[in-house]
Amino acid sequence: MSKLKVMDLRKDYKYGFHDPEDYVYKSEKGLSEDVVRQISAQKDEPDWMLQQRLRALKIFREKPMPKWGNQDLLGQMDFDDIYYYIRPMEKQGKSWDEVPENIKKTFDRLGIPEAERKFLAGVTAQYESEVVYHSMREDLVEQGVIFLDMDSGLREHEEMVKKYFGSVIPARDNKFSALNTAVWSGGSFIYIPKGVNVEIPLQAYFRINAQNMGQFERTLIIADEGSSVHYIEGCTAPTYSSDSLHSAVVELIAMPTARIRYTTIQNWSNNVYNLVTKRAVAHANATVEWIDGNLGSKLTMKYPSIYLMGEGAHGEVLSIAMAGKGQHQDAGAKVIHSAPNTSSQIVSKSISKQGGRGTYRGLVKVDPEARDARVNVKCDALIIGDASRSDTYPAMEINNKTAKVEHEATVSKVEAEQLFYLQSRGLTEDEATTMIVNGFIAPFTKELPMEYAVELNRLIALEMEGSVG
Amino acid sequence: MSEILKIENLTVSIDDKEILKDFSLSIPKGQMHALMGRNGSGKTTLSHVLMGHPAYELTQGRIIFDGVDITNMSADERARLGLFVAFQYPAAVPGVTVANFLRTSVKAIHGEERVKKGFRASVKEKLKLLGIDESFMTRYINDGFSGGEKKRMEVLQLLMLEPKLVILDEIDSGLDIDTLKILTEAINAMKDPARTFILITHYHKMIDVFQPDQVHVLHQGELAATGDLSMAQQLDDMGYEKFYASITA
Repeated sequence: MSKLKVMDLRKDYKYGFHDPEDYVYKSEKGLSEDVVRQISAQKDEPDWMLQQRLRALKIFREKPMPKWGNQDLLGQMDFDDIYYYIRPMEKQGKSWDEVPENIKKTFDRLGIPEAERKFLAGVTAQYESEVVYHSMREDLVEQGVIFLDMDSGLREHEEMVKKYFGSVIPARDNKFSALNTAVWSGGSFIYIPKGVNVEIPLQAYFRINAQNMGQFERTLIIADEGSSVHYIEGCTAPTYSSDSLHSAVVELIAMPTARIRYTTIQNWSNNVYNLVTKRAVAHANATVEWIDGNLGSKLTMKYPSIYLMGEGAHGEVLSIAMAGKGQHQDAGAKVIHSAPNTSSQIVSKSISKQGGRGTYRGLVKVDPEARDARVNVKCDALIIGDASRSDTYPAMEINNKTAKVEHEATVSKVEAEQLFYLQSRGLTEDEATTMIVNGFIAPFTKELPMEYAVELNRLIALEMEGSVG
Repeated sequence: MSEILKIENLTVSIDDKEILKDFSLSIPKGQMHALMGRNGSGKTTLSHVLMGHPAYELTQGRIIFDGVDITNMSADERARLGLFVAFQYPAAVPGVTVANFLRTSVKAIHGEERVKKGFRASVKEKLKLLGIDESFMTRYINDGFSGGEKKRMEVLQLLMLEPKLVILDEIDSGLDIDTLKILTEAINAMKDPARTFILITHYHKMIDVFQPDQVHVLHQGELAATGDLSMAQQLDDMGYEKFYASITA
């Protein structure tokens, strides 16, 4: 397989820069038992975690690639052409001054320290395989909130990690959850104690820097009874002509009446395979919300899931995906109603432009014991240009007659009349298209903290430049 | 008197159907001219073509606006030169607020400064003048608007954008008497020696309200007659059928 591919480099992708590589440790290329042992040894992990990794590696090797989704792009993946572990620095920084200058500069350019000062309660910054900076507000520490990178979580709260790690997404769930379990590094470990409401968001930022890098962060969030938390993650990577791989596993556990909102704004460069497994369990009267924004990447396959396990639990998945030239966003949602009086809402919006491909793939399942479930699914696709493509696969398995199910799907094109109207008021065709697209995703943007909404609209404007006609 | 708009021998078709045929018309600056005619006579096509709608094919002729040949310009270029159409059926843009839209279009046409200083106050004053509640600003462009709200939205933009040439396409259609009065008063107050109006209507009532300087009658894509207010009265008395018969006889 050729390592160099001719890419459509997004000319306006402003995060495509990279730093020179100057690392404490870089594993050999490719995946082997040896590499897995090295990762575990680097982290000085307990033996049970190493054994879990090795079992997962075996599962990864046994499992076939998914037989669905974009077979062409999946077929082009080369697992031997990836670096599975890079440790950029010796010790995690507690202040930005402790972070090496070039890495600090990168996060400055990404606006992280500034955002932290302005509106975040805690920040984790992961660079390659490891979290290089971490901090949390003192008052949250005092309330017993745990917000650590996953490696520190394992060291400092081993029993809790042992109990919950892989309890929502076991290694054998799918090929990529197995891969993540084998080579995971970094990610967040969060525990919110009973009744504690973290009102200001916690944020993690994931940055890939090296060429042919594989990033496999692992995140576990446990919100105890009656607590609430809003977690935001952002992701970027340099633009390279060879492929990178991002394959995270995120597990959320919302105990009775807890609330978890998990917001993602990923803006990968176009050489990144983004194959992520995200799943939540919501117990009685708990609420879980996935707010999932997908820009960039070569291929994204991601279907945030919610298992509504307790009576009265509520789940929402609100997602947008924008697919441009050479990109395929295969995204969607999955909700399983396993208890009475549970409710769910899925709103998915996809935009395909310049020959890009957007796919909605969803499953809503109502189990026989889940009486009076309420399901609402809405998928809207916006297509710009004749070569662009949109597909919808909304599966429903309703096994209880009392369920109330609403499903609506629309596919629309940017209408000539809308463009003409906006242009007749002085907006250029690009500006008019951007405005229509931003309007289309307004139900999503509305749910973001203001700073992120502004940033997202700006990103969309950059994406739309020159994309019309 | 200088002419702000010169339409020369314009032939226009859409889907291979000719809508305007060798159409010529000149309008002096500062005047208001009415365009009358039955449905399908080409009035709305003319307004779309003047604004630069890309669906129409111009097979002949040219359009000169303020001394500039705009025949091949895009709609946004024309808007920035000062053309404006208050549309009969404006498009809806879900998710985009009226406030965002007004700000963006005022900025596109008049520049950054205009949206910085006193923009909010200026909008507020115009909302009041048009009897629009401030909550209107957070609604989405024409999305779920009633007929009257759509017309108010068009006139609000007219007041904000202060164009040089205003084309009013059936501004009266579907309005109750009170709304019509508010809007026509606001439009009349916009009259200015530097501003030119084209009033598209099929009803004589609008002629009474606006008292245009000249009246043109379109018939099957051609300019059938031009005259003063008395011709509009004659048209109203006779009806289109008899009027056409009288002028072709």
